[in-house]
Amino acid sequence: MTIALTQTAGSVGTKILSVGSFRPARVVTNAEICARIDSTDEWIQERSGIVERRWAGPDVSVVDMATAAAEKAMASSGISAEALGMVIVATVTHPYVTPSAAAEVQDRIGAANAASMDLSAACAGFSYAVALASDLVRCGTCTHVLVVGVEKLSDWIDHEDRGTAFLFADGAGAVVIGPSDVPGIGPVVWGSDGSQKDAINMTQSFIDYRDVGGDIFPALTMQGQQVFRWAVTEMSKAAQAALDAAGITADQLDAFIPHQANNRITDALVRALALPDTVAVARDITHMGNTSAASIPLAMDALLESGKAPRGGTALLIGFGAGLVFAAQVVTLP
Amino acid sequence: MSQQDILEGLAAIVNEVAGVPVEDVQLDKAFVDDLDIDSLSMVEVVMAAEDKWGVKIPDEEVKNLRTVGDAVTFISANS
Ligand SMILES: CC(C)(COP(=O)(O)OP(=O)(O)OC[C@H]1O[C@@H](n2cnc3c(N)ncnc32)[C@H](O)[C@@H]1OP(=O)(O)O)[C@@H](O)C(=O)NCCC(=O)NCCS
Repeated sequence: MTIALTQTAGSVGTKILSVGSFRPARVVTNAEICARIDSTDEWIQERSGIVERRWAGPDVSVVDMATAAAEKAMASSGISAEALGMVIVATVTHPYVTPSAAAEVQDRIGAANAASMDLSAACAGFSYAVALASDLVRCGTCTHVLVVGVEKLSDWIDHEDRGTAFLFADGAGAVVIGPSDVPGIGPVVWGSDGSQKDAINMTQSFIDYRDVGGDIFPALTMQGQQVFRWAVTEMSKAAQAALDAAGITADQLDAFIPHQANNRITDALVRALALPDTVAVARDITHMGNTSAASIPLAMDALLESGKAPRGGTALLIGFGAGLVFAAQVVTLP
Repeated sequence: MSQQDILEGLAAIVNEVAGVPVEDVQLDKAFVDDLDIDSLSMVEVVMAAEDKWGVKIPDEEVKNLRTVGDAVTFISANS
């Protein structure tokens, strides 16, 4: 017999309650990078906007960084760890197949009532997780969700590869998402193009490395121009679609916080979206490099801390990367 | 479409992408050496040109487009 079961219903609106971030202590200059690749400070700055990046040392793990950012976000959220119903950690650099980084973060922050999981969507991971977290609250599955974006990419790059060594870096950012009377997270516009899986991937699988061997430990590899071309054309469309879906226009934005992939991609998106000067544009990459899933919350925290974007203001987020996958949404800043 | 029309369109694109003054974009100018267009700006110029004239400029071909004139010739032959 088919019985109508009870299903939950949640809050009509959701928002980001707070943000927190963790920046590793060690600053790595372009000069240090150029000791291992044939490049120059000038080239790196021109092509990417990166002046320096942060790398975590061997004593700082993905879980350590995630926990540090989570604790900061929790401290300013106004809710207790017990109120969390889910911990989502977006990452592609946790060096264990199992258990997840999220399970450890859940335990370390004392989120005794939370479920936990990792989410693998590379540089789009944070925006994916925000969309899921918002829907979990809207459906009444959870009242509050912790989302962390964290990467330790310095462990997974070939430090002798000219195409990636200067680009990728480490860090973590976290947000707490909960119910809101005023809707503060717009519809997600997302997608996936797995036909471009080779645009950013690994040099080799770990199993092949173990069984067949290889020149280097498996590392990230990237077709830079292919990614650039895709990002500039497709992401401007996705960003515009996210504005449309939220029912706003570009001139209503206070901030634009794209994944900090490369300042040149950001420049092209700003132009394509015809963002007015009144919109603060995140340029956290200058001092942090490309931190994949961590870059958006890190940049959000920096914009708010510096006063360049107002608390309670409206921001467009867009994450994009390996897959290729992407996700964009408009949010109210915490 | 005349070569002059393509040149003017291309000059507008180069100006938009890289801020190069429109009058500097002449047939004999090399993108990299004369106009300071780097490889990423070149990708953007190519994408905008593809859009504007409905041409396909494959990555292998981009390398052959050393001067503005090369690009104008390619676009007029293929659009
Ligand atoms: C990585 C990236 C900066 C490389 O720039 P690029 O212009 O595509 O570089 P190319 O490999 O085409 O090389 C262009 C020139 O720079 C040189 N070059 C390449 N890497 C270099 C380096 N690290 N330092 C100095 N010169 C370099 C090349 O030798 C080439 O010189 P040539 O024209 O004299 O032969 C760029 O492709 C990029 O950022 N793409 C987007 C990637 C991205 O955002 N990924 C993250 C998604 S999550």
